[in-house]
Amino acid sequence: MRLLSFWASHSSELAAMVERHLFLVAVSTLVAIAIGLPAGIIAAHRPRVGRPLLAVASIAQTVPSLALLGFLLPIPFIGGIGPRIAVVALILYALLPIVRSTAAGLKSIDRAVIESGVAMGMTKGQLLWLVELPLALPSIVAGIRIATIVGIGTATIAAAIGAGGLGEYIFRGLSMVDSTVILAGAIPAAVLALIADGSLTWLERRLSPGRRGLARTTAIAIGAAAVISVTVLAGGFASARPDAIVIGSKNFTEQVLLGELLAQTLERRGIPVTRRLNLGGTFICDSAIRSGDIDAYVEYTGTAFTAILKQPVLKDPDAILSNLRDAYSRGGLSVLAPLGFNNTFAILVRRSDADALGLRTIGDLRALAGRWRPGFGYEFAERGDGYAGLSSAYGLQFAQPPRVMELNLVYRALATNQVDVIAGDATSGLVKALELAMLADDRGYFPPYHAVPIVRSAVLLRQPEIGDAFAQLTGRISEDDMRAMNAAVDVEHRDVAATVRDFLSRLR
Amino acid sequence: MAPSDADVPVVAFVSVRHAYGTRVVLNDLNLSIARGEALALVGRSGTGKSTLLKLINRLLLPEAGTVLVDGRDTRQWDPIELRRRTGYVMQEVGLFPHLTVEDNVTLVPRLEGWADARRHTRALELLALVGLPPAEFAGRWPHELSGGQRQRVGVARALAVDPPVLLMDEPFGALDPMTRVELRDEFQRIRRHLKQTVVLVTHDVVEAFALGDRVGVLDDGRLIACETPDRLAHTTDPRVRQFLDALVPGVRVSTVDRLPSTVTD
Repeated sequence: MRLLSFWASHSSELAAMVERHLFLVAVSTLVAIAIGLPAGIIAAHRPRVGRPLLAVASIAQTVPSLALLGFLLPIPFIGGIGPRIAVVALILYALLPIVRSTAAGLKSIDRAVIESGVAMGMTKGQLLWLVELPLALPSIVAGIRIATIVGIGTATIAAAIGAGGLGEYIFRGLSMVDSTVILAGAIPAAVLALIADGSLTWLERRLSPGRRGLARTTAIAIGAAAVISVTVLAGGFASARPDAIVIGSKNFTEQVLLGELLAQTLERRGIPVTRRLNLGGTFICDSAIRSGDIDAYVEYTGTAFTAILKQPVLKDPDAILSNLRDAYSRGGLSVLAPLGFNNTFAILVRRSDADALGLRTIGDLRALAGRWRPGFGYEFAERGDGYAGLSSAYGLQFAQPPRVMELNLVYRALATNQVDVIAGDATSGLVKALELAMLADDRGYFPPYHAVPIVRSAVLLRQPEIGDAFAQLTGRISEDDMRAMNAAVDVEHRDVAATVRDFLSRLR
Repeated sequence: MAPSDADVPVVAFVSVRHAYGTRVVLNDLNLSIARGEALALVGRSGTGKSTLLKLINRLLLPEAGTVLVDGRDTRQWDPIELRRRTGYVMQEVGLFPHLTVEDNVTLVPRLEGWADARRHTRALELLALVGLPPAEFAGRWPHELSGGQRQRVGVARALAVDPPVLLMDEPFGALDPMTRVELRDEFQRIRRHLKQTVVLVTHDVVEAFALGDRVGVLDDGRLIACETPDRLAHTTDPRVRQFLDALVPGVRVSTVDRLPSTVTD
């Protein structure tokens, strides 16, 4: 029931995601057919060329999808965030089933049939078009069917790099640890896969030799595929507005909210916006804005200074900001004024533990560290200003190495007693919802993490009204505001766009 | 056809040698086939009978020597042109499973660019010729036919553009004995309507005697005899004698003239 009401309240968003999902799969499958069919024919006719061809396709298939997206990110032309790279990855996955089934279909044709074709004086082209391809067609369609189904499944991963599609719900649901939202994306994806499977299986049967109306079925199928493709492609390309300002965000709730906040702020002034939210981690957003794939996103000063610029930790917020502005301006980027809140790292424990043991500061952990298990997100575990610096600053020696997991799962792990202390975000809506307590950073270890919009300077020069619009947000979002918005989305399952809309109306 | 053509053998083998790797299947083969003649070649399995046929329509080129079709070296023929004028019937038939009987039969006319109406008329003609009532069979699929019916379609398909030469590779070899005799008789009837030169290879001596104007005997890659059935039946060559006796179990070829079809009935 919760699922149905979720779909009902998100129906236009759902439709857009389904369309985007189909767009990704349709483009990639069509391109894979265009490449894979000739490759399969070559593989069948010239085994010496075919074997390495199949080997390459097989290797592409074995690379895990997230890793493949990671490899493709920095490659010129095909790299960068957004649908392009997702389409490239999906093409690579779709190639193997199509090449293999084309080759297998051609090789399985009765030799006597081929020989009688040759003996009756068919040219190679006539043999291919009149005999080999029609007979291999069911096998080829089977390959396309598998490629399509794999594509529909794999395309959900595309949301990780901001290509959109039903995976956005899945990732959003994962970040909210909310199975309803995960299912909201997973079920439509599964239904799409079943529909594709059913209709292509039907086609496959219809195309097997010795069935009446082969030509008509082929014509109908090609016609239907063309209509679907054109519709989906038209929709997909139409959604990319070349003059729009592209707003990005990292892949957690607060970032999506802030991205939406920037977007709505511009839209209220009638400036067209394209959203590329949920892109991934810090480094993906940074490389996206430097390559011009996005025009603006919200970064945190401490993160930018240590993780991106690789500078030693600074505690003075003003010093950080002026250093950042210098360094970023050399890269053609402008760091705008802080939005207000400081989303520093928060060392969190269960409130029951804090009350029972009288924990108030991080220093209070020292006596307990020998018995406690820590849990961190990937970034905190890796970064110099994260776990390593913390344990030396406070002299913490934990019983075992930290359990490292997806940041959003860390809160749950703490609430369910799988770990005893975690590093989270000061503004997380889960702090209240899961009854956690934040320990004070009495030694001032964590640098300030003030939220600042980063915008490409060229955009600000071209459209000064964008800078004016963002200036309206300066200092207007407190820690409480941010925590409330995070809780609205993560705990109360409110729509991101609606939450931001409410906040902005209250702002004036 | 120009009168001078009549003097040129339709097919001629001059000192032809062919081998697969080190296995020599045809060795110094000389053979000449006259226009309108039906030549039946017998030999054991693997004696190069099929190879000989494939050399005629350039599915293969000879390793040494020359194969001439209409006086022209097959190396000089455009293979497509050569094959279009050479009907080919084989044991496995090789009907196209995705085409109806009618479309199978008229595929070569289609390649030759015949108009639809002319192709349809031709299909009806051919099916009637091979004893398949067109109304019943034209729309059927190959998998709906019996082995004998399939082979009739194969023959019809090979005759579609009335090619001057018809090559038959064990055409009735895969059929049961009853059907085989039936088709053989049928083919004799068809032959009377046609002016094709026929080259037929078989390991069935009875079939060769029934269908050939001349019967050639292939052994060890060579042609050891090539005579009319009458003369071959009374040969005194011990090698040929022994060969014929061995290939017709229980029947002494010398005791029959034109072998009656009842032999295998």
